[in-house]
Amino acid sequence: MQLQEIVAQAEAAIANADNPQALDDVRVQYMGKKGQLTELLKGLGKLDPSERREAGQQINEAKQQVQTSINARKELLKAEELKAKLEAERLDVTLPGRNAAVGGVHPVTQTIRRIEQFFGDLGFSVKEGPEVEDGFHNFDALNIPANHPARADHDTFYFTPSTMLRTQTSGVQIRTMEVEQPPLRIISPGRVYRNDYDQTHTPMFHQVEGLMVDTDVSFTQLKGILEDFLTHFFEESLQVRFRPSYFPFTEPSAEVDVMGKDGKWLEVLGCGMVHPNVLKAVGIDPEKYTGFAFGMGVERLTMLRYGVTDLRAFFENDLRFLKQFN
Amino acid sequence: MKFSEQWLREWVNPAIDSNELSEQLSMAGLEVDGVEPVAADFHTVVVGEVVECGPHPDADKLQVTKVDTNDGELLDIVCGAPNCRQGLKVVVAKVGAVLPGDFKIKKAKLRGQPSHGMLCSFKELGLIDDHEGIIELPADAPVGKDYREYLGLDDNSIDIDLTPNRGDCLSIRGIAREVGVLNRMDVKQPQISAVEASISDQKAITLAAPEQCPRYLGRVIKGIDVSRPTPIWMSEKLRRSGIRSIDPVVDVTNYVLLELGHPMHAFDLDTLQGDITVRLAAKQEKLTLLDGEEVTLDDDVLVIADDQKALAMAGVYGGKDSGVTLDSKNIFLESAFFAPDAILGKARRYGLHTDASHRYERGVDPQLQRTAMERATELLLAICGGEAGPITEAVSEQHLPARASVTLRSSRLAKVLGVQIADNEVTEILQRLGLEVSFANGAWQVQVPSYRFDIAIEEDLIEEVARVYGYNAIQAVAPAAQLRMTDRKEAQISRHTLVNALVERGYQEAITYSFVDPKHQAMLFNEAAALTLPHPISIEMSSMRVSLWPGLAGAVAHNQKRQQAVLAFVETGLRFIPDEKAENGVRQEPVLGGIRAGKAHVEHWSEGDRAIDFYDVKGDVEALLEKTGEAHLFRFVADQHDALHPGQSAAIYKGERKVGFIGALHPQHEKALGLNQRAFVFEIELDAIAVRRIPVAQPISRYPSIRRDLALVLDESIAAGEVLAELENVGVKQLVGLNLFDVYQGENLPAGKRSLALSITLQDTDKTLEEAEVNELMDRFVSKLKDEFNATLRD
Repeated sequence: MQLQEIVAQAEAAIANADNPQALDDVRVQYMGKKGQLTELLKGLGKLDPSERREAGQQINEAKQQVQTSINARKELLKAEELKAKLEAERLDVTLPGRNAAVGGVHPVTQTIRRIEQFFGDLGFSVKEGPEVEDGFHNFDALNIPANHPARADHDTFYFTPSTMLRTQTSGVQIRTMEVEQPPLRIISPGRVYRNDYDQTHTPMFHQVEGLMVDTDVSFTQLKGILEDFLTHFFEESLQVRFRPSYFPFTEPSAEVDVMGKDGKWLEVLGCGMVHPNVLKAVGIDPEKYTGFAFGMGVERLTMLRYGVTDLRAFFENDLRFLKQFN
Repeated sequence: MKFSEQWLREWVNPAIDSNELSEQLSMAGLEVDGVEPVAADFHTVVVGEVVECGPHPDADKLQVTKVDTNDGELLDIVCGAPNCRQGLKVVVAKVGAVLPGDFKIKKAKLRGQPSHGMLCSFKELGLIDDHEGIIELPADAPVGKDYREYLGLDDNSIDIDLTPNRGDCLSIRGIAREVGVLNRMDVKQPQISAVEASISDQKAITLAAPEQCPRYLGRVIKGIDVSRPTPIWMSEKLRRSGIRSIDPVVDVTNYVLLELGHPMHAFDLDTLQGDITVRLAAKQEKLTLLDGEEVTLDDDVLVIADDQKALAMAGVYGGKDSGVTLDSKNIFLESAFFAPDAILGKARRYGLHTDASHRYERGVDPQLQRTAMERATELLLAICGGEAGPITEAVSEQHLPARASVTLRSSRLAKVLGVQIADNEVTEILQRLGLEVSFANGAWQVQVPSYRFDIAIEEDLIEEVARVYGYNAIQAVAPAAQLRMTDRKEAQISRHTLVNALVERGYQEAITYSFVDPKHQAMLFNEAAALTLPHPISIEMSSMRVSLWPGLAGAVAHNQKRQQAVLAFVETGLRFIPDEKAENGVRQEPVLGGIRAGKAHVEHWSEGDRAIDFYDVKGDVEALLEKTGEAHLFRFVADQHDALHPGQSAAIYKGERKVGFIGALHPQHEKALGLNQRAFVFEIELDAIAVRRIPVAQPISRYPSIRRDLALVLDESIAAGEVLAELENVGVKQLVGLNLFDVYQGENLPAGKRSLALSITLQDTDKTLEEAEVNELMDRFVSKLKDEFNATLRD
């Protein structure tokens, strides 16, 4: 058979091989130990030496050509096989993934964390205190002696005449100043309790108390830090006003209102310059040091920030409510 | 305190409208709570006189009247009010009138009788008052006059929420003074002149407790007629201030209280035995109060007494026996100064909060008694007739509050406020406040008038200056402080980090009340005593939690009722464990608690639909423990807990200390807690997991690790945890990994046995482990387990 014919047959067979096994069969048929091209090479010896060289060269070229074709076909088959395999692995990428559920942090905690962050950046450290408190820390040291009318405003949950659920986190001020000396910068978030339950009151809520005591702390700075805070907390420049008020443990005292979206002033926190009696009670010289203190209602801030309208929702722990904040 | 805007404007009338006035008061620290018109919108309502009044021929409860409204003809009006009678001056809504609620008055016939108008009650005109029937006007009311005009009804009731320090503003006089200061205006005081005595009757007064009552004025007034009506100008002012008109004696004392801020009291003179003594109550002394209740007095309660007995609780409440009635003819009028300390807390102790006690607790001008007495006498005589005796005054000057003299340093003012207000401006502000001021050497010496009893120290003056200067005129400045870094302890794991770890695992943070239902608590924590609130919001919120579980179970129950299928909550907070040795008798321990119930996850197309189980929750806890970097210090040990399933509960130990509990809530509690599915809970002391190990780096091995698996057969009673611990205890330093990957029980195993499949990973830091060494190490493990647990290898 003519060499060219063999090559043409081989090429055709290669082209027809549609899987690696068939292709290998073709390889064996032409190039194997008894393959047609191999047999031709073996027959070279019978040729005249003068023809042998050229014939050998032609056969080798033919072999090479066939091998190249086999290789190319092999690559193609491999690619096709991979393609088919990948096709078979095709997924519906729109099916839901696994374990996507992530919970969330309670909105009140989110607000507390934000407040901690803002003040933490300014060097205020976070202090916590007991919730069952004694009269000294909750009232007396805060310049609210027994029978003071301000006590009646507190709707205190008493256990005994001298122990109670704290009505404010301000007691932590006292506990801190008892053991630390100025300069002081602290905030103290936590639960507080008042015996009152209606549309706008829950018997438990959260406050963040803040205190800064140093040699030159002034009312202008109190205004500065709180305006700064409110602007950053609400991330907009709200109209803010300081309204004179009264707290036994600060003087001058103020309540701070922000202008709501409805054009009405909303009270968001109380503050003032630490009363000299409070400093004296913990052994700090009010002539040398001055301080400011503020207390903010966390629920109120959270309601304003996120548009919550029912205070009581915070403690029902209804997932449909909570998940909105995730 | 509620008051009439018109009344205030009689004293001081700045050219600002009601809104501006409210704003001004609020911004001066007298917070306006509400401004309400004293009457709703209505018109074509006039004063009339009932000329004829007779029964309706066809209706028992109606009367047929003819009413004069001074427009030429009498109006036929049918009226159903029982107090309608001939000669009465009434309020007539004429045909064409529109009353509140868009109620139009038209010509009508009532049971056949023509009715051309309506006689009005307070309610029909939208006036706040609880009197029944139609309005009765005084006899001198001008017939035909527009009723709004007649009463000056275009007025507002302003309600201000006064802070306890501003007792001086609990009167028209006080508020007017404040408005005068803010608007730089003089205040018109009513002319109050002394009433000459026309009789000589008087009572001797003894101040037996001069510290508590340093001044007491009394006056006898005889021959009064209490049945006379209170003039409408007075009853209207009272009404607009939220006080109901009772009788002229009560009304006059209330009027003086509102006008001047001074409480007064009137006794029926004819019930008094002998003279008056102001003294402390005897121990267990009894007094029957005006409302008929008998109280037993403590010996620190100040009373007004005659020679026989206590008549009244001084400054708080009158007594029944000596009270003025409609039949009283002769009275004894009291105007006294009681020290705030003597009154503070007494009203509350006896559950009596009165307008008088409210003022005495906050302070009353100690120089006002005589003025108040003269004012009340004058008003009373004008209304009820009668004759007044001379005023008897008992006073202990030494016990009267001294007039305060306070120094304000310019430097201190600047230090506290942070602004420099010009000295002359400060002087001007102080003077406007009615303070006597002198300025020298950078300081003001201030004499405080008796009515500003709230001013006693320098800060009080600083506040006054700031308030009048205007808080909003004071600039805002960023605080300056020395830059010092704050402690950021690397080993500290914040509770936020721990909560976040669970949030990432699908938990929702809950905040539940710290007080829970004592029934639930007693059920779950059989032996534990809890702190109880004596006066809770409700019994279900009366027991301080000894664990977060009751609250968390409540959160799950709430959501199960609302068809939520996947429930996982975490909470951090204090639990309250009564302990006599602890501060305030209670250990307040911060804990982290969790609960899971329902499905392990939302039903998933490939993961199926699996209920949550113990190991889900244990995995969550283990994830928390991993945060400490020392999870190996913790152990889960099967343990019993009243709240938990006896076969699915474990104590969590850190070293030898029990720091928490985990388990399935005992099925027998589910119903009572409102749960409809198995719930798994845990609670762990925050302190135990709040610290993490600071890493100390070790070199990592460059040599390959080798894994060998062991399939052990053991008695089923042997805890897997003990097996793992024992393997660790062998002390093979090449042991770098230990994992229990299969538990099998059933076919092919004898009853009472189970198989645990473990992978053991070995690695040496210095060399590649040879087969022989590995086999030798594995033999050590196996023989240890054989010795300890009689473990065999599964074929």
